[in-house]
Amino acid sequence: MSNPLIDMQKPDVIFCIGTNMTECHPVAAIGLKKAIANGSRLIVADPRRIGLTDLANLYLPLRVGSDVALLLAMAHVIQREGLVDLNFIESRTTGSPAFLEHIQLFTPEWASTITGVEPTDIETAAIWYGSADQGAIYYTLGITEHICGVDNVQSLCNLALMTGHIGREGTGINPMRGQNNIQGTGDSGALPNNYPGFQAVTDPQNQAKFLGKYGRKTDLEKGITKVTALDFCGDQIRAMLIDGENTLISDPNRKHCQQALESLDHLVVIDIFLTETAEMANVVLPATAFGETDGTATNTERRVQRLRAAVSPPGQAKPDWWIISQIAKRMEIPGFDYQNPKEIFNELCSVSPIYTGLNWDRVANGEFHWPVPEEGHTGTPILHQGEFVNGRGIFTVVNYRDPNETISDEFPVWLTTGRRLTSYHTRTQTGRTQGIDYLLAEEALEVHPDDVRDWGLMDGDWCHLSSPRGTVKIRVKATSRSPRGTVFASFSFSDVPINLLTGSGYDPITETAELKVCPVRVESLF
Amino acid sequence: MADKISINGHLVEFTDGETVYEIAQRCQSERPESEAIPTLCYDPRLKAFGSCRLCVVEVDGSPNLVASCTTKAVPEMAVRTHTDHIERYRKTLLEMVASESSTIKVDPLRGYASQEFSTLVDRYQADTHRFGGHYSGTTHPTDDNPFIQRDYGLCISCYRCVRVCAEQEGDYAINIMNRGFESQITTEFNTILKDSACTFCGQCVQTCPTGALADKKAMRATGRPGEMETTRSVCPYCGVGCAVDLVAKSDKLVAIQPAMDGPANQGALCIKGQFAFDFVHHPDRLRTPLIRGADGELHETNWEDALDHVANGFKQVAETYGRHSVYGIASGRTPSEASYLMQKLIRAGFGTNYIDNCSRA
Ligand code: SF4
Ligand code: SF4
Ligand code: FES
Repeated sequence: MSNPLIDMQKPDVIFCIGTNMTECHPVAAIGLKKAIANGSRLIVADPRRIGLTDLANLYLPLRVGSDVALLLAMAHVIQREGLVDLNFIESRTTGSPAFLEHIQLFTPEWASTITGVEPTDIETAAIWYGSADQGAIYYTLGITEHICGVDNVQSLCNLALMTGHIGREGTGINPMRGQNNIQGTGDSGALPNNYPGFQAVTDPQNQAKFLGKYGRKTDLEKGITKVTALDFCGDQIRAMLIDGENTLISDPNRKHCQQALESLDHLVVIDIFLTETAEMANVVLPATAFGETDGTATNTERRVQRLRAAVSPPGQAKPDWWIISQIAKRMEIPGFDYQNPKEIFNELCSVSPIYTGLNWDRVANGEFHWPVPEEGHTGTPILHQGEFVNGRGIFTVVNYRDPNETISDEFPVWLTTGRRLTSYHTRTQTGRTQGIDYLLAEEALEVHPDDVRDWGLMDGDWCHLSSPRGTVKIRVKATSRSPRGTVFASFSFSDVPINLLTGSGYDPITETAELKVCPVRVESLF
Repeated sequence: MADKISINGHLVEFTDGETVYEIAQRCQSERPESEAIPTLCYDPRLKAFGSCRLCVVEVDGSPNLVASCTTKAVPEMAVRTHTDHIERYRKTLLEMVASESSTIKVDPLRGYASQEFSTLVDRYQADTHRFGGHYSGTTHPTDDNPFIQRDYGLCISCYRCVRVCAEQEGDYAINIMNRGFESQITTEFNTILKDSACTFCGQCVQTCPTGALADKKAMRATGRPGEMETTRSVCPYCGVGCAVDLVAKSDKLVAIQPAMDGPANQGALCIKGQFAFDFVHHPDRLRTPLIRGADGELHETNWEDALDHVANGFKQVAETYGRHSVYGIASGRTPSEASYLMQKLIRAGFGTNYIDNCSRA
């Protein structure tokens, strides 16, 4: 996030797109509710009538995967209405002429034919956001899990740049991260293109720096992404070390994923449960869990906090850092003589420019947002204040593209996927908690009541849900939260493996899977 | 020159808008030997409500005692917080409130603030039977939800739960029905919580000063021996990173309480952070390393053999197929130290960038 969570109470216009915040990030939604109580206006763009739409002043029910069209038209209206922040563009950005010319083509009427949103609603949204003093954008996987995920994010950046809604309190572009340390994992360099602290592997200076630190020269080429690696399993890729991730259930296209992992010569999984993925491993190593581990984690607002152990782990389970160090030592890789996580975190701080001013003791109370470039620095709650990281903010010319697969006679319904408040990811944790079943005992396919009737289904009955990749059996739940022609399910239950169906395409740049959109067919079992 | 008021004869600076209670509390925390002003209906995260009147103080020129939590400071104000008169008044108040409540001493497992009332009753040596009372409200015996116990026999009508649900959580799931001794906290249609707007965030439980609303999951450990110990950590679920206090009793995690000063959550949690922690001690947890045997099944083994097998496997694959044949996937749920070492192992061990994490899923 460019701005801290506390800023959520400050904007006068909040634009939430592709985020089911009240369910996925409930505590963040508290800030939003406070903002609304203080008079902020909320615009929500989402294919489904999610809980957040109950709070919205303006709801834009766009078709799944049509975000770019909506955002282009909003940019069009902002320019047409003279709401462009010319000062900001002049002093802080580059690439505006091409962008401002490009968007002249995309009227709200044009966008309406693609998104299904009324042109006047697109205009209102653009005018509210464009004329706000403090306008802020919040988004989640609803934006990134598309073949055009990068285009979506760039379209949002364009909006923020043309209105100057960035680099100030109560503004910004704010992705909400889904897992408690997904930010910290990227910060730590578990990425094929970056060393710790987002230092590019393609820069020879960084290569030299880490040769000095690690004693081994690392390729100048980027590594392949996880998605490509799974494609290459059994061919180029022969061994994998997977830490705590139920790849099989959470990944799109489960069958493909299972075949990939089966074809490996050597699969090692570190986890707290024998997940579906761990069941396929040659060796499974038991790790400590939440409450049993000391360490650090970085949240969605770049705040580094300490995790602390309160109880002993079961049996012989060990902390992940210990397990990985032991493997490295046995492979005679130097530099793994750690006694505790403190030494590891301090080493991370010493190699990462965004953590330079931090160390284990300094993050004890969690008050720092990175970057913290030197000791004594108080951290950076708001990014891009004086300057952007690369100097100027860059406008990108973006075009609308259809999703990889679109609905057809054979698969006439849009399926979109997501999370639910009471379950989390693949339920390895929430599924093993007493009481959660009281609220959420099984997965259900959310279908508009009129579609339930027209498709010959019954509320509460079973149906078959099929895509070109397979079929799953799932119960029907009639709800007007789903628009007509679009159905919703979460990927939380392994007995309803929704990811058997999804996963036809990937964003060409990030290789993030298109989990949000998939054409399907819904058939009654009777 | 900043404005000042006098509290028990000490001059104290204040900023515009501060209440007498806030200023007094600030002074008290600077001089721990002095006594704090007691409160019951106060929660620093909520708008001051002024209903319990325990926080009353004397202000020069004002004929009546005033509630310090709702009184804004004005320059030159002279305040006394602990005169005999005030303390007697507070004791009587407590005795009246106590008469409404069926039990005073409750297990601290019930919730974060559950000891506030009994601590005050002790501190003032209040006679809990001085007034013949009539308990306000009843329990909700049919509410079978597994998270929140509703013992309205313990309720003293401070309305902190109602206010936290509305002001902090924005859910407006519960409200007050009837008046006086008949008053009762309930949901909109007097239903069970599951059929209301309740999201089971647990905020009402954690602000309740008497334990009338109680953490049912925590209370499973009432009979467990040992002291309650709390440890500050961070919720294992979403990226908001809510700070939590882990509550353990003889090496078992028995409850989660929100960290009221958590930098990202300021005391808020959702159902997952608050209640979904049983996985930690679940019998399905892996306890030993497992190796796949010649029979194709996974078998328990020791760390030495498992680690040797892991390391030899990677070495062999790299020797046979080259260093670009080994791939690492780090987790967004482990601490950063694990992810840092995963990438270091791949980079320092194989000289490749064949490392990624699960954010692409
Ligand atoms: S658990 Fe949360 S939502 Fe439910 S009544 Fe209590 S405060 Fe309100
Ligand atoms: S308590 Fe809820 S909102 Fe807070 S970090 Fe955990 S899952 Fe996220
Ligand atoms: S705390 Fe001031 S009236 Fe209750």
